[in-house]
Amino acid sequence: MAQRFKDIDYIGLFLWLFRAAIIVIVVWGTVAKLFLGQGNAYTTKDWINFLVAGLSQGSIFALIALGYTLVYGVLFMINFAHGEFFMAGTMTATIFVALPLSASGFLDKHPVIGMLAILVVAMVVSVSVALLTERVAYRPLRRAPRLVPLITAIGASFFWQYFFAGLFGSGLIPFPELAVLRGAWMIGGVEFLKTRAVVMIASVIMLIGLYIFIMRTKTGTAIRAVAEDKDIAALMGIDVDRTISITFATGAAMAGVAGILYGLVFRQVNFIMGFVPGIKAFTAAVLGGIGSIPGAAIGGFFLGVFEAIGPPLFLEGLGIPGSHQLKDVIAFTMLVLVLIFRPQGIIGERLAEKKA
Amino acid sequence: MKRIIFLVLFSILMLMVLAACGGQALECTDAIGCVEVAPDEPILIASSLVISGPNAPLGLDSQYGVEIAIDFRGDVLGHKVELQPEDDGCSAEGGQASAQKVVSNPQIVALVGTSCSGAGVPASKIISDAGYVMVSPSNTAPSLTDAELHEAGYLRTAHNDKIQGAAMANYVYNDLGIRKAAAVHDGDPYTEGLASVFSESFQELGGEIVAFEAISADATDVIAPLTTIAAAGPPELIYYPVFIPLGSLITKQAQEVDGLDGVILAAADGVQSPDFLTASGDAAEGMYVSGPDLGFGNEIYDKFLGAYKEKYGTDPTAPFHAHAFDATNMVLDAIEKVAQVGDDGTLLIGRQALRDALFATSGMSGITGTLTCDEYGDCADAKIAVSQVQGGAFVPVWP
Repeated sequence: MAQRFKDIDYIGLFLWLFRAAIIVIVVWGTVAKLFLGQGNAYTTKDWINFLVAGLSQGSIFALIALGYTLVYGVLFMINFAHGEFFMAGTMTATIFVALPLSASGFLDKHPVIGMLAILVVAMVVSVSVALLTERVAYRPLRRAPRLVPLITAIGASFFWQYFFAGLFGSGLIPFPELAVLRGAWMIGGVEFLKTRAVVMIASVIMLIGLYIFIMRTKTGTAIRAVAEDKDIAALMGIDVDRTISITFATGAAMAGVAGILYGLVFRQVNFIMGFVPGIKAFTAAVLGGIGSIPGAAIGGFFLGVFEAIGPPLFLEGLGIPGSHQLKDVIAFTMLVLVLIFRPQGIIGERLAEKKA
Repeated sequence: MKRIIFLVLFSILMLMVLAACGGQALECTDAIGCVEVAPDEPILIASSLVISGPNAPLGLDSQYGVEIAIDFRGDVLGHKVELQPEDDGCSAEGGQASAQKVVSNPQIVALVGTSCSGAGVPASKIISDAGYVMVSPSNTAPSLTDAELHEAGYLRTAHNDKIQGAAMANYVYNDLGIRKAAAVHDGDPYTEGLASVFSESFQELGGEIVAFEAISADATDVIAPLTTIAAAGPPELIYYPVFIPLGSLITKQAQEVDGLDGVILAAADGVQSPDFLTASGDAAEGMYVSGPDLGFGNEIYDKFLGAYKEKYGTDPTAPFHAHAFDATNMVLDAIEKVAQVGDDGTLLIGRQALRDALFATSGMSGITGTLTCDEYGDCADAKIAVSQVQGGAFVPVWP
């Protein structure tokens, strides 16, 4: 017994106290909110609204997080320029397709064709930017120590941000509102904003599609093989460089879709729009277990929902004023907790079974 | 390479200073040092305004005001005036970085800036500690000229938000007949200060503030906080004195929140720019915006507007160009007053003397009115107006 007590070091003790403290705070806040009537009185409808807001924001995080997870799974590299792939496609598609189509009235007459055109352009631009970045900035550094491509990625991120600021200006650009998506659907007495519902459905379809692509197709198998061991994969006749390019392209295509969904929901884009969602999506990828596709999806939804529900639930319960400002605190506290107590993430599985 | 250039420039500078010291009878007796401007050198003034990013229309507009003031003035005591523009980034980090850059150059006489109060807080500390002086054309947060928090080298020609918040509360309560309102800020000193003053004044008038919420400036989804506000009231009016990106998000998403149907939207001078209207589209129609009264109706302003249009090809994009013009003139007037002129045209400007002259500004007639500085650096002749967005433009509705 005495021996066992000695084995608990101070750091371990601190971590236990930290975990206990977080749980106490969350439970205390929640109880105070729900049973003691602290703060505003929310109806069930309000809670559903919070949930829907969180899920729609989370689905965008999830789509972006896929890009981080795919690239990490294959290269062990955090591609911090991924948020810029997201921005590049969205801005270009907004300026060259969405705004002209909307101005000519085409978008309201044929919303499906119009949206498809916007999506295709966004995906093509995102993929091109990603492939270019991979070829110029990452491929020459493939054998370099891991820190080197990480720093390069940050540099690439700044480059693309200010490249697009120079190209399109640094002001806010409005994304057109679709007439068919205006308003809300009533389901069981609860309002669901149409844009939000569409965004959620679209991202779930994309996530399932990507999962099938990685798990069932030949290219997907090649990606998984490269993730497992690049050298052996090369010996088996897989073109590693090409497979890595495909991985980047897949992630960027998802980011392009995410960007257009972002435009639909928030209706404004600018050159810096990739930064915060990029950081949040990275957090989501780590939350879910970086390298895992279901992990990225679950991490994204989790993060979105916690950010929306956390402030009114336990922060308000604790009597903190202006609680919504602190949603980032919740997001990053979750990240810290996961990194401390479950470094492999919620799902923890990786693209490849075995890691060196 | 950069270092070598720097060293060379620095030694040239030192040589010039030495040469000047040797030949002149001018002697610096100022408590916190002097700037010496050699005969052929320009007088160097810095600006620190938000000239990049989504809030650039706000800062560029002010910078144009500064440039026009310099153009109109011509030479000061036989020297050209040169502007070194910096970017305050509308953030505390940007304010700090630009202020550090300014105080690292001993030739800079004064700073016109910052745009955003959030940048002004760290900048005023750095500038004051280094013995420099700054005049802000657009900081409005009450804390900057608060008796306890004021920094010795800080002045402003923009109104104090104690006035704007109270004026808006009055308008909302008396003219619009609103009794239940909500206020939103993003944690920045400008937005928090203005939202607080508005709330206090509104409550003093007898109104009820149902929610006082904070949303971070880089948020994307504001449905959740707006739902909280709707659940707390719902209010008849939401006042959100924030900057353009968050402002247009709130404007657009407020219509989508269940329970906020028909709520009146109101914001402040941080969004008073065509960029905000473009970003918000139809959603902004009918909303109210408080800000400085730009109906100056004097001759200099007409001349100013002509020069602005001619030089930059556009009408002013934000409310503070005239304040920037006045701030620059205040600085140049003070330099003219305190500079000692040597036989060969060398200028010696005492930094404490310059500060004293600026704080002693009294009855100066500028575009924005008659400027008189108090001991805490508030110089504005503050007049507040309320505009309404009608047909995609800001139309003054009060007074």
